[in-house]
Amino acid sequence: MAAGEEITLTNHIQHHLTNAKMCTVDGSVAFNKACSEAGFWTWHIDTLAWSIGLGLIFLFIFKKAANKASVGVPGKFQCFIEMVVEFVANNVKDTFHGKSKLIAPLALTIFVWVFLMNLMDLIPVDFLPAFAGFVGETAFGVDSHDVYMKIVPTTDINMTAALAIGVFLLMIGYSIKIKGVGGFIKELTLHPFHAANPVVQALLIPFNLLLETIALVAKPFSLALRLFGNLYAGELIFILIGAVGLMQLPLHFIWAVFHILVIVLQAFVFMMLTIVYLSMASSDNH
Amino acid sequence: MELMLGLKFIAVALLIGFGAIGTAIGFGNMGGKFLEACARQPELAPSLQVKMFILAGLIDAVAMIGVGIAMVILFVL
Repeated sequence: MAAGEEITLTNHIQHHLTNAKMCTVDGSVAFNKACSEAGFWTWHIDTLAWSIGLGLIFLFIFKKAANKASVGVPGKFQCFIEMVVEFVANNVKDTFHGKSKLIAPLALTIFVWVFLMNLMDLIPVDFLPAFAGFVGETAFGVDSHDVYMKIVPTTDINMTAALAIGVFLLMIGYSIKIKGVGGFIKELTLHPFHAANPVVQALLIPFNLLLETIALVAKPFSLALRLFGNLYAGELIFILIGAVGLMQLPLHFIWAVFHILVIVLQAFVFMMLTIVYLSMASSDNH
Repeated sequence: MELMLGLKFIAVALLIGFGAIGTAIGFGNMGGKFLEACARQPELAPSLQVKMFILAGLIDAVAMIGVGIAMVILFVL
């Protein structure tokens, strides 16, 4: 939003939904507006900073709990961490039947990290962006309307897609590791339609390949878009509520209470589906 | 321009509305079955609840993706 332009509701919402961008134009670093033409190599610095920061907070908290863990009567903090770890461990044990040292830590990381990123949604929508605008205006002399800050990393589709691509690569990696390259190709081409006659089988292979490829690629897509859609819609409703004036306080409270469910549930579903997909990828009896 | 705006609103309404129908039917079926199962076998309720929430997330997803796209159409495009 340029200075002097009228502040409308649509402008306000768009300001909230725009990431802080960073890119290089003609060899020098440029920000936000200057990046509209930059194309692929544009960094969403607010998403990166908040997600990495929250990841470090997660690591710090759990490291601290692990260092201070005692076999005697545990404190409240240790109890809480143990509850989270046990909850994830039980889910992994129930769902993942193979043997792997990676799955449980991965599930714990995804659960807590996504939960923390979703939790940023409960911070009132104007607090941190307004603060960033204030800092930008006083410290860097930029118009506060030109400072963008989107504090919920999971409302940026790049973040959720990155998570889903990570899981997708692990799925392929596990498939190849457990079944071998041949087994992976067999899984893609010989199911779901199988025939004893080799000629019929050859005819069925392209059809099977199409079906299985779609089924494989649909997994990361649905994983990314589910998380993104839920959080984006929730965030937008927070922003809309924030625009109605003084009446927003009770409305905010009601929506926030409802949203707590969504926050935990989406983190849980993302974790659960990761485990299920990896379990499917590493099971031999298809 | 006016026509474009009108079509945009109709598209958003269709996206949210039809998505909501599907989710509503799904949740109705699943919630009803869950309560029925809990009434028959109360000891299974905790494990069924976890599974129900996973499925709730799955059912939610399609409609929520629709809502997300609708919001993008409405406010960003």
